[in-house]
Amino acid sequence: MNRINELFEKKSGNVLSIYFTAGYPTINSTIEILKTLVSAGTDMIEIGVPFSDPLADGPVIQKSNLSALKNGMNLKLLFSQLQNIRREINIPLLIMSYINPILQFGMEEFCGKCEKTGIDGVILPDLPPEVYMEEYSALFQSHHLNNILLISPQTTAERIREIDKLSTGFVYVVSSSSTTGVKNGFSKEQLEYFLRVRNMKLHNPGLIGFGISDHETYELACKYSNGAIIGSTFIKMLDNDPGRIDRIRDFISSIRT
Amino acid sequence: MNYNVDEKGYYGEFGGAFIPEMMYSNLKELRDNYIIILNDEDFKAEYSDLLRNYAGRPSPLFYAKRLSSFHGTNIYLKREDLNHTGAHKINNTIGQILIAKRLGKTRIIAETGAGQHGVATATVCALMGLKCIVYMGKLDVERQEPNVMRMKMLGAEVVPVLSGNMTLKDATNEAIRDWISNPVDTHYIIGSVVGPHPYPDLVTRLQSVISEEIKWQLEEQTGFSDPDFIIACVGGGSNAAGSFYHYLENEKVKLIAVEAAGKGIDSGESAATMVLGHPGVIHGSRTILMQNDDGQITEPYSISAGLDYPGIGPLHAFLHKTGRVSYEHVSDTEALEAAFRLTQFEGIIPALESAHAFAVLGKHKFRKSEVIVVNISGRGDKDMAAYMNYMKQSVRGKINDI
Ligand SMILES: Cc1ncc(COP(=O)(O)O)c(C=O)c1O
Repeated sequence: MNRINELFEKKSGNVLSIYFTAGYPTINSTIEILKTLVSAGTDMIEIGVPFSDPLADGPVIQKSNLSALKNGMNLKLLFSQLQNIRREINIPLLIMSYINPILQFGMEEFCGKCEKTGIDGVILPDLPPEVYMEEYSALFQSHHLNNILLISPQTTAERIREIDKLSTGFVYVVSSSSTTGVKNGFSKEQLEYFLRVRNMKLHNPGLIGFGISDHETYELACKYSNGAIIGSTFIKMLDNDPGRIDRIRDFISSIRT
Repeated sequence: MNYNVDEKGYYGEFGGAFIPEMMYSNLKELRDNYIIILNDEDFKAEYSDLLRNYAGRPSPLFYAKRLSSFHGTNIYLKREDLNHTGAHKINNTIGQILIAKRLGKTRIIAETGAGQHGVATATVCALMGLKCIVYMGKLDVERQEPNVMRMKMLGAEVVPVLSGNMTLKDATNEAIRDWISNPVDTHYIIGSVVGPHPYPDLVTRLQSVISEEIKWQLEEQTGFSDPDFIIACVGGGSNAAGSFYHYLENEKVKLIAVEAAGKGIDSGESAATMVLGHPGVIHGSRTILMQNDDGQITEPYSISAGLDYPGIGPLHAFLHKTGRVSYEHVSDTEALEAAFRLTQFEGIIPALESAHAFAVLGKHKFRKSEVIVVNISGRGDKDMAAYMNYMKQSVRGKINDI
């Protein structure tokens, strides 16, 4: 069984997923960050493949993408860094990127490499559900890869149902109409939206992401969903400083407390 | 051959809407409504009134006698440079602001490179009393200062974009991010036939007035509505799409689109997307774009800020693939020479972008009997610094004997 599905079978709440950009802060920090995150008790990790034009990202992740590219990160290198990762890590691993770097790598080759490496799922915000279904869903399935689709506060109930049908593993509940990045807590409208989604009783689990910045927002997100995803706050903590990898454990426990 | 966009927003394999879910509702609203609005009698009346009485259309079609005799053929100039605000961009912004109003939007955003589209957007926002925010790469803010000042005087907020390489590509990213964050009250007036469906089709339709006029103007002046060639420059491709539109299905009319080769195709400083690019996804559209082997979008270069875009509209990717349009390219220097030639033969100072279209004239052997229409997409006021610089660098005599 896919490790993502396995995780949600065992654990239905307080799932913590961390996003980081491969190649940031240094080209060789990928494995060290992964291992430290696992030992700190992270449930799932999204490995970002940097892209020059990350449309759905705010300034913090834009910068980590650019730094990682300057450091020389690319998909080929990432797969070679990850080739033995499954000897050491058992939690679900996802790749998060944009469609263009994947298209140039080759979608079939990408899916094959993911399977071989032990990647469980993919998040590509600019691959629309309709295109995924028509062009790639068979390919993803044949490689046992989950494709995680996003919903936003503007997504209609009818469309949420469709996305829930197509998404595999979980549904990424984008917390606000915005790009990634830190905001000040959640507004009343956001909480109403979380509640609306929860009451729809989707067949997939849901994780809330975008704007989760501390214990309080994490806990609130977990109240309304199966867990939460932290990206920008984690990248900000690393602050382009390899020395900060040591702080990952403290960071995770400050979120969970 | 059918060159129209299909139901799903594709031209053959190109086009579509590769956008994050956070933008889906905004685009869907536009997609569901744009054709209805464009066909609405009320809209049509208001649009054509503004084109005529505000923008100054129809723009003249002018027989360029001295340039024709220099090239040994018959050259007609489509004078988009004479439109209000000095370029073809106003055709699009007038149309889109009327659509935005009908969709109940109160806040307008735009991206700009050279500043022409930013000025055209700020202008219609002033006209309609709508709030206007223009994203412009910091580098472009510095090199296009007169247009920045025009936008500010028109009441627009100009936001210098510091991300990426701080040019048009990054300004477009930032405008898209703004739209993601403001899904309800905001309309994004995109400046060319780029971006996710329905923008390429919407902007093509709004610019198609150029070829609609060429048809009757040429008929009036020559007795025939079809030229042998139409030539236009391409950045994203809107003035070219508009100049070609009504001739696309008439295969006898040869169409030439001219890209900016910058310092040369192999120099590493070029914006000739059709030569240097490969299929991929940029700004929500599957098209041809300049990128490295890893799929990272590369920074183009051209002396002309309006052609400095690493992609090209999906319609053009399709016209290239089908061979309907021939895509050529000229260098900075060739464009500068052509600008001085046009100026000194006809008394018309073109925009640097438009000068690229004129630079291919010397690369073809046209017959004496042939009729060529060249679109002057804009005027050269904004480019005077570059022209003066070129004059200083060139040997005096050289410019005088072009
Ligand atoms: C005068 C002029 N011509 C041409 C262009 C290129 O745009 P497009 O290819 O969409 O016509 C621009 C863009 O700024 C422009 O200002």
